[in-house]
Amino acid sequence: MIDTIKRISGVNPRKCMKCGKCTASCPAFDRMQFHPHQFVDMVENGRIDELMNSEGIDFCLSCFACVERCPRNVEPAKVIEAVRLAVIRQQGGAHLTPDEIPALLDDELPQQAITAAFRKYRK
Amino acid sequence: MQRVGVFVCWCGSNIAATVDVEKVAEVLAKEPGVVFSTNYQYMCSQAGQEMIQESIRKYNLTGVVICSCSPRMHENTFRKTCEKAGLNPYMVEIANIREQCSWIHKDKDTATEKAIILGRAAIAKVHLNAPLTAGTSPVKKRALVIGGGIAGIQTALDIADAGFDVDIVEKEPTIGGKMTQIDKTFPTLDCAACILTPKMVDAAQNERIHIYSYSEVSSVRGFVGNFKVTIKKKARFVDETKCTGCGLCTEKCPQKKVPNLFNLGLDNRRAIYIPFAQAVPKVATIDADYCTMLKSGKCGVCSKVCTAGAIDYQQKDAFIEQEYGAIVVATGFNPIKLDKYDEFAYSQSPDVVTSLEFERLMNAAGPTGGTLLRPSDGQHPHTIVFVQCVGSRCDDSKGKPYCSKICCMYTAKHAMLCREKYPDTDVYVFYIDVRTPGKNFDEFYRRAVEEYGVHYVKGMVGKVVPENGKLKVQASDLIGNQQLHIDADMVVLAAAIEPDKSARPLATMLTASMDTNDFFTEAHPKLRPVESPTAGIFLSGACQGPKDIPETVAQASAAAAKVIGLLNKDHLICNPCTATPDEMMCNGCSSCEKVCPYGAITYIDKEFRGPNRTTLIRRVAQVNPAVCQGCGACTVACPSGAMDLKGFSNKQIMAEVDAICR
Repeated sequence: MIDTIKRISGVNPRKCMKCGKCTASCPAFDRMQFHPHQFVDMVENGRIDELMNSEGIDFCLSCFACVERCPRNVEPAKVIEAVRLAVIRQQGGAHLTPDEIPALLDDELPQQAITAAFRKYRK
Repeated sequence: MQRVGVFVCWCGSNIAATVDVEKVAEVLAKEPGVVFSTNYQYMCSQAGQEMIQESIRKYNLTGVVICSCSPRMHENTFRKTCEKAGLNPYMVEIANIREQCSWIHKDKDTATEKAIILGRAAIAKVHLNAPLTAGTSPVKKRALVIGGGIAGIQTALDIADAGFDVDIVEKEPTIGGKMTQIDKTFPTLDCAACILTPKMVDAAQNERIHIYSYSEVSSVRGFVGNFKVTIKKKARFVDETKCTGCGLCTEKCPQKKVPNLFNLGLDNRRAIYIPFAQAVPKVATIDADYCTMLKSGKCGVCSKVCTAGAIDYQQKDAFIEQEYGAIVVATGFNPIKLDKYDEFAYSQSPDVVTSLEFERLMNAAGPTGGTLLRPSDGQHPHTIVFVQCVGSRCDDSKGKPYCSKICCMYTAKHAMLCREKYPDTDVYVFYIDVRTPGKNFDEFYRRAVEEYGVHYVKGMVGKVVPENGKLKVQASDLIGNQQLHIDADMVVLAAAIEPDKSARPLATMLTASMDTNDFFTEAHPKLRPVESPTAGIFLSGACQGPKDIPETVAQASAAAAKVIGLLNKDHLICNPCTATPDEMMCNGCSSCEKVCPYGAITYIDKEFRGPNRTTLIRRVAQVNPAVCQGCGACTVACPSGAMDLKGFSNKQIMAEVDAICR
């Protein structure tokens, strides 16, 4: 799972020098259980499940202030983005089966909306 | 055919762990001319050296190949070893199987193969080696110190103390450097000016020291022991010999709106100025960018008030030629520009200052007379936030990759002084790590926390927003796991330090190497820390790396000791690996003369015997071996292949290439 997060995000958590400038820059600080510098640390120490189940990861605005200001180019926002993807793609998380589609077809509804509901989930 | 001995070193496990040294020795034993081949744990040790000497005698060796570390490390060692055994030192070749093989490869088989190839190349070369004898060159007993900060001053004082003449070249109108701008020094809190200005005066009064202020080095030729330097004395429009430093002109000059660079632009000075009261030399200088007289020809007030008649609007840059045996680089540092870090609002609010600006604001000789006042409204600040590591310890794309080293301590000093002078102020220091390795340094920092109540917060400031006369600081407190919002009156940024901009062009002139950050490289990071790899060039102070004052002074004296050691010699042994032209092949094109950085090549008209008892005059190159440094530039520039370098001849290099490609 650590490797998945590293691969999706492209982040190397070892580059972090734990200065906390990301957390200092974060406008959504109060709404999150864990904060940008902790995201990076938790990936490095394998606490991914804890991060996935934590409160407030959806409140990251993806404003990229942390990415912009990180002195070491660690890009914490990309970690949380990867974690959110991992949450969505959890095993058995399918919200739609092909059988349900005919009933949902609607001239007003863009085709894309239905295709978008199919995602790649973990096996 | 030479009788070659091959000696393969293990360098403990440095080589032996990645290279099968026994196999290397075994395979190389079969090379043509190799009469003896062996391997040993530490070839450079006493026992290893004795083994080489014994073998030379026993097998009558005429050439030696040592497969070991870089020739930069031990070539000299092994040359001396062989010389003692009666072999010409230039019959020794080193195959670098450590830096260029074992240290950079992981696979033992391929590394071993490469080591064999490198050894083979060295054997091929040694077959074409010829015994060389070194000549000598005289040493000019005078030293040049470039930069008149505390590093340059200390080096100059020490060299002068040993009885040698020294010149200091300083680009500013006064010597003293950055230390003149500093208020107090850590960890003792003694006043910087009180310990520096006596040294400046010592330098000025020492009859062996000559100070070229407001001057720059414009060209350097020559080599160790015989540098020829041109110094440009910039026109200051004041006759130094007449000016008494009374300062009347600096009071009467009508041009009052010149940013005072000594106070980092925090206040203004006149167009004619003396940087500060204790300046050495205490001579006025006219700032040509602002002087109305120099710009439009209308004014002349300074000239009228000067009772000494020292003002000279016609003064021109002067060039001085001088010869030196040694050159010391002491070009120092500057804080970086902060435009890349505008999240701290440095460009948006005058109340966001750098630490050096803060130093001026706390200094009794500064723009506020030593009372800490906000630059925006002249009010006392009550909440001050210090931010560490601004531009230091960054990814290369974001700033400087190194730690600037001095910031932790001067910030502790600033914070402590604020709390001492103004106990009603709240002082926050945001830090990533507090780095205080130094005598009495950590104790000093702990005092700031424990006795002076400075709030040290592990975390970083994310942004600073100027709002209604306050600075809204948003920061992280990593230990408290909270985000802090502080309404500050002042924010002080510990900007990273970088080498002075003059260092890069100077390094080119001196052919002294630099690292990617423009710090001068030392000859050896541990064992030769004050010498540049270029002979005769020495390093003093922060031009070599970030340093505080005690370290700078220590290094300055160390550099002086090295210079004294050099100047004490009457003659230096030259490098015998010099260029020699083949007169029959030389076509007199002057290409070599043009590329020679040392001026070692001249052309003469020489009489040659032609066919049928005729003579003809041809123009051919001649090399002065005492001046030639063996750089090889001429050998590659020569279009007819007439120029060859002893010890590195074209034939030898081709033989090496052939051996590698075999």
